[in-house]
Amino acid sequence: MNRSEGTRVIKVDYLARVEGEGALYIRARRGRVVDLRLEIFEPPRFFEAFLRGRHYTEAPDITARICGICPVAYQMSACQAMENILGLSVTGPLRDLRRMLYAGEWIESHVLHIAMLHAPDFLGYQSALEMAGDYREQVELSLRLKRLGNDLVTFVGGREIHPINVRVGGFYSVPRTEEMRAWKPRLEQGLEWAVALFRWVMGFDFPDFEQDYEFVALRHAEEYAILEGRLVSSKGIDVAIEDFDQVFEEYQVPHSNALHLRVRERGAYMVGPLARLNLNHDRLTPLARELLQEVPHPLPWRNPFMSILARAIEVVHALEVALEVVETYETPEAPYREVPVRAGTGHGCTEAPRGILYHRYTIDGKGIIQDARIVPPTTQNLHQMEQDLWQFAPQVLQLPKDRATWLCEQAIRNYDPCISCATHFLKIHVEHEPDTA
Amino acid sequence: MAKGTRKPKLAVWKFTSCDGCQLTLLDLEEHLLAIADRVDIAYFLEASRATVRGPYDISLVEGSISTPHEEELIRKVRKQSRFLVAIGACATAGGIQALRNFAHVRDFIQLVYAHPEYIRTLAQVRPIADVVPVDFELRGCPISREQLLELLSAYLHGRRPRIPRHSVCMECKRRGTVCIMVARGVPCLGPVTQAGCNALCPSYARGCFGCFGPMDSANPLSLGRRLEDLGLSREDIVRVYRTFNAYASAFREGSETYEQVRGHTRH
Repeated sequence: MNRSEGTRVIKVDYLARVEGEGALYIRARRGRVVDLRLEIFEPPRFFEAFLRGRHYTEAPDITARICGICPVAYQMSACQAMENILGLSVTGPLRDLRRMLYAGEWIESHVLHIAMLHAPDFLGYQSALEMAGDYREQVELSLRLKRLGNDLVTFVGGREIHPINVRVGGFYSVPRTEEMRAWKPRLEQGLEWAVALFRWVMGFDFPDFEQDYEFVALRHAEEYAILEGRLVSSKGIDVAIEDFDQVFEEYQVPHSNALHLRVRERGAYMVGPLARLNLNHDRLTPLARELLQEVPHPLPWRNPFMSILARAIEVVHALEVALEVVETYETPEAPYREVPVRAGTGHGCTEAPRGILYHRYTIDGKGIIQDARIVPPTTQNLHQMEQDLWQFAPQVLQLPKDRATWLCEQAIRNYDPCISCATHFLKIHVEHEPDTA
Repeated sequence: MAKGTRKPKLAVWKFTSCDGCQLTLLDLEEHLLAIADRVDIAYFLEASRATVRGPYDISLVEGSISTPHEEELIRKVRKQSRFLVAIGACATAGGIQALRNFAHVRDFIQLVYAHPEYIRTLAQVRPIADVVPVDFELRGCPISREQLLELLSAYLHGRRPRIPRHSVCMECKRRGTVCIMVARGVPCLGPVTQAGCNALCPSYARGCFGCFGPMDSANPLSLGRRLEDLGLSREDIVRVYRTFNAYASAFREGSETYEQVRGHTRH
């Protein structure tokens, strides 16, 4: 074996602009990737274990702490699963408040990712703060839009991170009709900002890279599914959420603290904005659908770098959802619904900003949790992220070291990975093996 | 004010946590660009690829220490930081993951992972101050935006941050919220919990659940007796003290006392 002088080792200690920590390890021989591992070293926190023995009413507040970026998603999936056990349906204005709360989280989380985490990749900046030097107007507009999303979450939930107003059956306290109506001008202004953000992002250069994905999302009879729906995929899955385990299987790999998932007997799948847009574009709100027509790229979009554009469309959608609630909401008679506790197993699945978030709980007759299972979206995307990199890395390995590393990071950021959630992410090592003589 | 000298270097570190407290820095939206003009955000991986080498003038540390690797890393961070601030319930009290301190971690690992041998973790989750000296703490699950802004502003002006140490009850009085425990019999941790949220939950008709941890000289057992009178079982009271600040000493005292006397009659 000869050590070639052309051997390169690319090594970055932590992947930045993702939520949480992990590493990517790539080993290449003659420009071909021979080994690739996404390592997750976000420490395990054992939520499923310490949920056992807790009261069912505590699950929304406890599971919110899995992720500071998308606590509403955890609260919504937990409430839905518990309400499934109790046979409780939350409808009318209480459901509308949940839609508005979730819309706020989508706006806040998506704008954070679009402007602060992902856009700097497309424009060649280390961070949004650096980008603000040349794109001050866009960064300021994005920060205002993100604030609007946070303010919506605060309005319904009490505060933006780990809202306090959510409970199984509804809310502790609900806004009055006139407080709700007062939101209209701000949301209309926000819609203008969101359209500007979409047009800005539409002008980015998307690396040429397409894959044959299996997209998975919730599908709802009338709405672009967020709060509930059936599990569907682009390769024929169409089941109730109760059948989650019959369709998907969890497995563990030695290099990671995160559990991985795959479609049984098929393999990797993608959840999140791109999957939702491809499967549910016919359910988008009017302006969001109109903007989609401006994109000169026919659906389905199979380029993961276009996920940033899917997020921008979803921000518009979320604002239109909030506007619809603002215009039709009437103060409900009671802030929550309550029924006697009963033993059973229940399922919850909602569309977190990053994709489907599945919860399953078993409680006893006193309401004490006996078993808990939580499957976050990033866990579901991990296998697909690795698959993308197997295909993408060879295209960039011959580029200058810094550029190759940056593009691999960007390929991971396409998924807006939230690693705190998945540990249950990223130092990059690219090692070029010497040519064998 | 700085007289045209170099900007102080700020670093943000993450240990075992949910990212919510460091997100609070990005959630300072309308102040963020102004802050970036006044301090050099030298290390903040959630926001930037670019990193500047230490030492750092001020380090914000999120999360608790739960792995051997984290134990080594926090010592390095301490050496590189002039002023180290622990932010949030994980950093100041161990956070929700410190619930494992009341159980056996091997049991937890086996419940969650099919291959426990791949998982490296410490038996006890510890707050930052248990491992290295800490210069200041911001409580909360999550921290308050206003307190974070006050901390940064106080630092830039060279004064001590004004952070109240009294109870949530004082905040209810100040904002004119009628006591929900007295008036409506809703169980509330307000009397033993440190202020910082502006008594948010009671204003939403909900009892305080202790996000900011125990106040100075809290009396968890006295409140426990009141909670029993309101109909909470001993198991309920153990759970009430055992959430995001479970390992903070006064809350720990509360839960452990009620756990030990479980099944015995009250005197």
